[in-house]
Amino acid sequence: MSSELETAANPENLKRVVIEPVTRVEGHGKVTLLLDDNNHVHQARFHIVEFRGFEKFVQGRPFWEVPVMVQRLCGICPVSHNLAACKAMDMIIGAKITPVADKLRRLMHMGQILQSHALHFFHFSSPDLLFGFDSDIGKRNITGIVESYPDIARQGVALRKFGQEVIHLTTGKRVHGTGAIPGGVNKNLSLEERDYLLKEIDQVISLSQSAVELIKTIYSARTDFHNKFGSYRSSFMSLVRENGAMDLYHGGLRAKDEFNQTIFDHIDYNQYWDYIHEEVKSWSYMKCPFIPSKGRKEGWYRVGPLARVNNCDFIPTLLAEKERKTFREFCGGSATQATLAYHWARMIEMLHAAEVIKELLDDADLQSDDLVSSGERNLRGVGVIEAPRGTLIHHYRINEDEQIVRANLIVATTHNNQAMNEAVRRVALQYLDGQQISEGLLNHIEVAIRAFDPCLSCATHAIGKMPLEVELIDANGSQIQRLIKDSDGRYRI
Amino acid sequence: MTASLLIFGYGNPSRGDDALGPLLLERLQELDLPHVEILTDFQLQVEHALDLQGRERVLFIDASVSCSKPYAFSRLYAQKDTSYTSHVMSPMALLYSYVQLYGDPPPTYLLQVRGECFALGESLSASATINLEASFNLLQKICSKTDLSVWEQFVIAQ
Repeated sequence: MSSELETAANPENLKRVVIEPVTRVEGHGKVTLLLDDNNHVHQARFHIVEFRGFEKFVQGRPFWEVPVMVQRLCGICPVSHNLAACKAMDMIIGAKITPVADKLRRLMHMGQILQSHALHFFHFSSPDLLFGFDSDIGKRNITGIVESYPDIARQGVALRKFGQEVIHLTTGKRVHGTGAIPGGVNKNLSLEERDYLLKEIDQVISLSQSAVELIKTIYSARTDFHNKFGSYRSSFMSLVRENGAMDLYHGGLRAKDEFNQTIFDHIDYNQYWDYIHEEVKSWSYMKCPFIPSKGRKEGWYRVGPLARVNNCDFIPTLLAEKERKTFREFCGGSATQATLAYHWARMIEMLHAAEVIKELLDDADLQSDDLVSSGERNLRGVGVIEAPRGTLIHHYRINEDEQIVRANLIVATTHNNQAMNEAVRRVALQYLDGQQISEGLLNHIEVAIRAFDPCLSCATHAIGKMPLEVELIDANGSQIQRLIKDSDGRYRI
Repeated sequence: MTASLLIFGYGNPSRGDDALGPLLLERLQELDLPHVEILTDFQLQVEHALDLQGRERVLFIDASVSCSKPYAFSRLYAQKDTSYTSHVMSPMALLYSYVQLYGDPPPTYLLQVRGECFALGESLSASATINLEASFNLLQKICSKTDLSVWEQFVIAQ
């Protein structure tokens, strides 16, 4: 591992390169590199520069408000936060939700997975993968894809739109709907709504299959490069069902180490704090979780599509399972550690989500009115789901007046904090060490970060003027190179 | 069945005057016009190109700080956007994507309403409230006319 690059021995003698903001990710972050006179990398860090205060400002609020409030964490995966909070509130109100509510929640969740994965692959990552990491910056965006690969753009647009429609019809809105509530859901799916989605679903499955084929083709065209880019060994963690199947909505926690050996399995997430600890680093607002049995230094892990596809014993839908097996065989029959394999795993999950949506739409339970249940009140609740970007933990404690007194949220990007830093360090060593700085080389670092699809904060933040400025400063503090990207996308020196 | 006229108001209802577009749609909804479909979102993205398909006409409504008058009504044409953010598109850039992906878009117009304060958690400012009323009068007139030449006259009158 290249963790020794986390903190340089003599930072005062090194020049500092900053990539800010990191683009085509959700939210704002930056990368800092410390280089010596010969441009050798001595320190590389990925910083989350935003402060997320949700744990604090939900305190004192009635618990039933929280599933709506926490959706505002994110404009891309509000359904995930809504569902994780509702699962926690189910515990607080002692509800065992009805099979109908369970299926409707799964449907909205699969819509979320579909639209989020399509957004990430087609909008954020396909420009790098199709044009090249150091290709013309002016083309490396969704508009470039629209111009140069209209068929692929149409595919991405149709897939994301369908996912948004599933969310719209199950939650009432495309963004920040309120379908799930403590104890169940507040609406079913009408026959008219079902038929509207059924009209499209076969096409969506077909498009998802094409997306898997596309990433497979891209990846295998330069297998060695893709396998080695920013790669390293690490543990993986995800939810799985009792039978080891992939389940993105509910299950027990499974973690495997860098050699695919089980660290823990089928852990009840209500005791997650026995298996996941959080460490604070002085240089980031984001905590660094770790598995205590492996220690602070070696206990970090990865979550998200690659973790889930690696960790599960099988995917319980036909087409996605076939693709998982192909993926596994391609990777030598074992879990792959390749950072860029996240993209392939993500498209397999998108196909799985489309298949699950079809299964659910064929279920007459979705038109039932058995939507809400309740039980005996508890003072604590934990909800965990597999959000598009990885394992999402919501943990709340309430008082006798039903107000939140404590909240702890561990989002997927937090789980991946150390892993993303590791990827940044790997790429810095592989591609930047000793080289003359260029936008294309710096984009290599962003490519590694993007593979994780990090959600650095809420995507509904104001879109302000976000200039990118990279400075190269020598050991004496003198600027030797400077590159500025204006908010209109133009570059100047 | 797809309504012939799509009116798409965008903006963040939690950000003061940015709510002008969604608020105008709420007013319009009360009129229950059969040939009109109303859609709203926080911001425009390339997926909204699909909402434009099969329409005879499209009207976007947005709050604007740069609008010199209380409101402005204009015809839109496809234009490539050089902005690098993937999070939001201008309506002209959306039309550009539409042209690239699906061919000629329907005639598309923009109603901009001047806003001043876009702070998080703020309600509509006093001046934006006046602008909303004024622009709603125009909006009602526009929506009652289906003839394209009449819409063009509204543009010229601006």
